[in-house]
Amino acid sequence: MRHVAKLMAVSAFAGLMTTTAVIAQTPKDTVVMAKQIDDIITLDPAEAFEFSGVEVGANVYDKLINIDIAKNNELIPDLAESWTVSPDNLTYTFKLRKGVKFHSGNPLTAADVVYSFQRAVTLNKSPGFILRQFGFVAENVLEKVKAVDENTVQITVSKPFAPTFFYNCLTSGVAAIVDSKLVKANEKDGDWGNGWLKLNSAGSGAYKVRSYRPNEQYTLDANESWYKGAPKSKRIVVRHVAEPASQRLLVEKGDVDIARNLSKDQLEAVKSNDAIKIVQGDKGYILYLGLNQKNPNLAKPEVREALKLLVDYASIEKNILEGTYKGHESFLPQGFLGAISDKPYSLNVAKAKELLAKAGLANGFTVTMDTRSVAPITDIAQAIQATWAQAGIKLEIIPGDGKQTLTKYRARTHDIYIGQWGPDYLDPHTNAETFAINEDNGEEAKSKTLAWRNAWDIPQMTKVTQGAVLESDAAKRKTTYEGLQRDHQKVSPFVIMFQQIEVSAERKNVNGWVIGPSSDTNRYATIVKN
Amino acid sequence: MTAVTQAPPCRASAPGRLGRWGRALSRELTTVVITTFGLLLVTFFIARVVPIDPVLAVVGDRAPADVYEKARLALGLDKPLWHQFAIYVGKVFTGDLGTSVLTSQKVVDDIRTVFPATLELATLGTLIGVVIGVPLGILAAVNQGRWQDQIARVVGLIGYSVPVFWIGLMALLLFYAKLGWVAGPGRISVVWQDIVTTRTGVIMLDAALDGEWEAFWDAFSHLILPAAVLGLLSVAYVSRMTRSFMIGELQQQYVIAARVKGVSEAAVIWRHALRNAAVPLFTVIALSYMHLLEGSVLTETIFAWPGLGRYLTNALLNADMNAVLGGTLVVGVVFIGVNLLTDIIGRLADPRVR
Repeated sequence: MRHVAKLMAVSAFAGLMTTTAVIAQTPKDTVVMAKQIDDIITLDPAEAFEFSGVEVGANVYDKLINIDIAKNNELIPDLAESWTVSPDNLTYTFKLRKGVKFHSGNPLTAADVVYSFQRAVTLNKSPGFILRQFGFVAENVLEKVKAVDENTVQITVSKPFAPTFFYNCLTSGVAAIVDSKLVKANEKDGDWGNGWLKLNSAGSGAYKVRSYRPNEQYTLDANESWYKGAPKSKRIVVRHVAEPASQRLLVEKGDVDIARNLSKDQLEAVKSNDAIKIVQGDKGYILYLGLNQKNPNLAKPEVREALKLLVDYASIEKNILEGTYKGHESFLPQGFLGAISDKPYSLNVAKAKELLAKAGLANGFTVTMDTRSVAPITDIAQAIQATWAQAGIKLEIIPGDGKQTLTKYRARTHDIYIGQWGPDYLDPHTNAETFAINEDNGEEAKSKTLAWRNAWDIPQMTKVTQGAVLESDAAKRKTTYEGLQRDHQKVSPFVIMFQQIEVSAERKNVNGWVIGPSSDTNRYATIVKN
Repeated sequence: MTAVTQAPPCRASAPGRLGRWGRALSRELTTVVITTFGLLLVTFFIARVVPIDPVLAVVGDRAPADVYEKARLALGLDKPLWHQFAIYVGKVFTGDLGTSVLTSQKVVDDIRTVFPATLELATLGTLIGVVIGVPLGILAAVNQGRWQDQIARVVGLIGYSVPVFWIGLMALLLFYAKLGWVAGPGRISVVWQDIVTTRTGVIMLDAALDGEWEAFWDAFSHLILPAAVLGLLSVAYVSRMTRSFMIGELQQQYVIAARVKGVSEAAVIWRHALRNAAVPLFTVIALSYMHLLEGSVLTETIFAWPGLGRYLTNALLNADMNAVLGGTLVVGVVFIGVNLLTDIIGRLADPRVR
């Protein structure tokens, strides 16, 4: 026994001594990130609709059109060298860039574009509607999306939509172009290669997937023959590190180059570290309260306005969110066409009390709020609870996990829901549709937008919002959205409070990491280590 | 869920040893089957009655109605509950635990990758617990009330009462960030990633099989800290139990008899008392091992350790029912299996039962 113990102690000590030598910095041509990637369901661009999955797609696949985040999200040619639209705004013609090859070596042709559209439309997974809203269904997609010749694709849409709307949708992940030969070779039981693409890639983009282990790590290898030129780093390794405090230690030690999910406290701590710098970018995520109009108190316009006046926006931003969200009170996030920066509301208890008295609720009322038990949602809910109490409103917080509160919200059985909404693609219609369209307020409605979830019946505003998407003049379209948001701010049952800022902490020797406005624009190709 | 059975009373005129063993074994097996089925039933129904919509895990919050409906049908959620259960049990018997929504892989394959990570951690943790906990407990028992006993008590208290995530973070801060003695969160450094061929899934073992000794030490330096944190819990538990068993044994008459006979104190403690305390102690160690095998969510989260605990928790939070059911089933079966094994070894070790 004693001998065994001695042996154990000696070998353990020896182990510790050896390891000090083994711990190395990350390899020079490899960029290592610590990130929460457990949201990935799939890497298939026709199915991926979560942050991390879409971000992989953005680096592995090219699209017809893309966005230049350096130039205020301007549309730029990607695989399509140029394009035209017919005067009736129904038919688009794309000229493809010549000589582009997929990672497999297969040449990229018009047939691949047709196949990619057909595939996404037919599979009809979560992001499929982004293309289907232009009138494509499995039965007609081959008539609507046609290869005119090897390098020309013609696409016909169902209505004279605003061209900017169509172009913006083409920049989203679901419109990525896949290697049709490779995907077909990996098809199983008519699944369009969906099973295989969940873990593999068939793109032409800056990187190709080398390996992906769910909840653990993905590794991307550079595509040296990318049409834009080889990416700056040979390999990107993204490791799943759930705990922000662990991410911070890893980046401070230099075992990772970029930490992606530091919380407010961690960010503050690394700011004083000379080896670390902070990178940030506006994200499209909006943090809001949804007031269910089935609740008779919340249905009163005075109450809705009073609740908007009873949130202490400034102090929540300063004390709870600092650096991770910024004040924003309209439904289009900054960076979108038509976004406004009006902030009509700030904490004003006296005025709120007046409004409540006018609504016949001078003594306040009791109301519940379904709250996801995560930071910072819970803290915000508590802050709101405190200021609402000043006007006599008793807010009961019902804690739950994400899926649980969401299930209730979708069934319209909540009073108030506190949550986030992120745009599905980089066009104002995505948020306008959900916040300001409710075609049918009935229980069995086909389209269940956020306006529907809060039982907000708005036939007039629905018409205006639907009109905006057919406005071919981009300037006029912008004005429409601006006006729409100002009306929305006054009357809607949405207390829109903040817009997310995504923040990374990176080592000083890392350059070129730029955070885009959506996961579709978080690109790795420019990252380099000196 | 436990299947601990009492050792049958020793009878002088027992029938053949084989017959007794056969009966005991068949009783154990019946317990195992019933427990496993009960486990399946309860987990399945809890999973179905929680107010969480499992379709959301598949299609996300934004899916249009037709996509949502398609996914609901694909999950078989339109069928009555008992029917869903029958289908599930049928599949389980053919070794099919379904496909995880979150990872899009077969749950069996998922568990095959996450379980070795937990196994590695739990085994080293328990080893630390035994190697330190048993001697510490004996030391405390022999020196009851003296400073050795006080030290053991403080160690036990720390292990029991300080939250593991705090110890984990502090340990990382000290041994990884400040002193640089061990590697940080994760199972292996990036340079060694994909170099070791996966055979067993236990990285250290795979590295040893490949003869990649540097990778072996790298994996070890990643493993030692989380294992030590879990080991501390184990030390606390094992040392307290060892102490109380040993105190019990040291008061027995055979100990006095041995001392009167002039047997050395070391022999009294190690050969006589410890051997008698060993049987219940073994059960205690097995229990603590089983506990660690379920996976430690907090430790795995802090150390970015892709183990079973985190897999299960993640599945639970995302209503990934196949993964929850499959994971629970595996934990349950491991639990029952280790229990059975402990029983059998206990019988072999105890001459009265043998």
